[in-house]
Amino acid sequence: MDVEELSFEEAFKELEETVRRLEEGDLTLEESIALFERGQELARYCSAKLDQAELRVSKLIPSAGGYEEVPLEEEP
Amino acid sequence: MPDNYFTVSQITDYIKELIEVDPLLQDVWVEGEVSNFSQSTLGHIYFTLKDEGASIRCVMWRSLAERQVYLPGDGEAVIAHGHISIYEARGLYQFYVDTVQPAGLGSLYLQFEALKERLAAEGLFAEEHKRPLPPFPRRLGVVTSPTGAAIRDILRVLGRRYPLVEVVLSPTLVQGDEAPPQIVAAIEALNRYTDVDAIILARGGGSLEELWAFNDEGVARAVYASRVPVITGVGHEIDFTIADFVADVRAPTPSAAAEMAVPDREELKATLASWSERLAQELARRIKEKRRAFKAEEEALLRLSPRAKIEGYRQRIDDLMRSAASNLGHRLALLRERLRGRILQLESLSPTGVLGRGYSITRHLGTGQVVKSVAQVKEGDRIGIRVSDGEFTGTVNE
Repeated sequence: MDVEELSFEEAFKELEETVRRLEEGDLTLEESIALFERGQELARYCSAKLDQAELRVSKLIPSAGGYEEVPLEEEP
Repeated sequence: MPDNYFTVSQITDYIKELIEVDPLLQDVWVEGEVSNFSQSTLGHIYFTLKDEGASIRCVMWRSLAERQVYLPGDGEAVIAHGHISIYEARGLYQFYVDTVQPAGLGSLYLQFEALKERLAAEGLFAEEHKRPLPPFPRRLGVVTSPTGAAIRDILRVLGRRYPLVEVVLSPTLVQGDEAPPQIVAAIEALNRYTDVDAIILARGGGSLEELWAFNDEGVARAVYASRVPVITGVGHEIDFTIADFVADVRAPTPSAAAEMAVPDREELKATLASWSERLAQELARRIKEKRRAFKAEEEALLRLSPRAKIEGYRQRIDDLMRSAASNLGHRLALLRERLRGRILQLESLSPTGVLGRGYSITRHLGTGQVVKSVAQVKEGDRIGIRVSDGEFTGTVNE
């Protein structure tokens, strides 16, 4: 599955598993290289997500159907 | 004069001891009206608590009085907590007060205790009901006032630690009579209309009355019923509200609640770096291992190949020939030796060899026979004498 489509948690967990498999597994050299490359891709993806600067905040307010989220304006 | 009499100090000590071992008198709430309130230059406060039938002198030391938001005034109805003891020098018993509030609030404490006991008995505080927090929340709900320090602190902490989380603020009043139903509605709205992974229920510091909304039964039940795990961060470290007991996790303050809700990105980045390192090291190790294994196989293969076999055979032939040659040489030498020996033998036996030693061969010239005995010659016969290097003739003389 494309790394970009994973959530942070999924990517982080898959990376942990990849490290474990590479260290413990009975693997051919091709498999080892493939795991290594996937692992590095996952690590880069997770790192990029963490470096995201802005916290996204919205506000839940009553509306016609029930409640909806709207962007939060700067607090006073 | 009676035999058993006491000194003033002794009897006073006796009374003091009686009072000090009594558990009720050492931990008691007393309600009454304040009078004669004063504050000494050192900051200690003195007043009297009275009702229709009696009065009791009260002292509150400065260190305790300083902690009071509220100080009693003459004529006010208050409820005070402390212990009773004796002031020996003046023969007085006094009420040493550690906390005092307006009388109305006393009932608040009692209400708090009663509700706490009732909900605990119902199982609302049970550990088994409490859910673990998701380690990597994608969305976080926050129930608090949209103004005020709590939301600002929470957003600041989340932005620093884990900005990839999305925050949904469900705004509410956080004090006053209108607050509890709004808090309930805010929690329910997050549960029903959003997909948040956890909820922070927060309010900044305040007095017991200001935090009172979080002791509301409806709020407690809404926290308990929440499908989404709830973290409370209400007031300061020392404040415990009913909502705190029901919550899945209690944090001492709003900031602490935000810290518990999300992981710290610096720690996560350190883990990522360590894993990256391990991947690289492991791959390098495997390549090295494979290379070593490959080389060993290559060597084994060379040992088994036909070329190797031929080389081997060639070597053996070489060795054999060398040893054969040395054998042959040996035998030739032996034969040569024997031959030389024979030659010597022959030479020693041959006539010419004998002649060399001085012997001669005599021949009768008449008969041509070799003379071996004197009988073969008589006087006057002609003989030939052969020596090693030639011949000469002679005549037998006798």
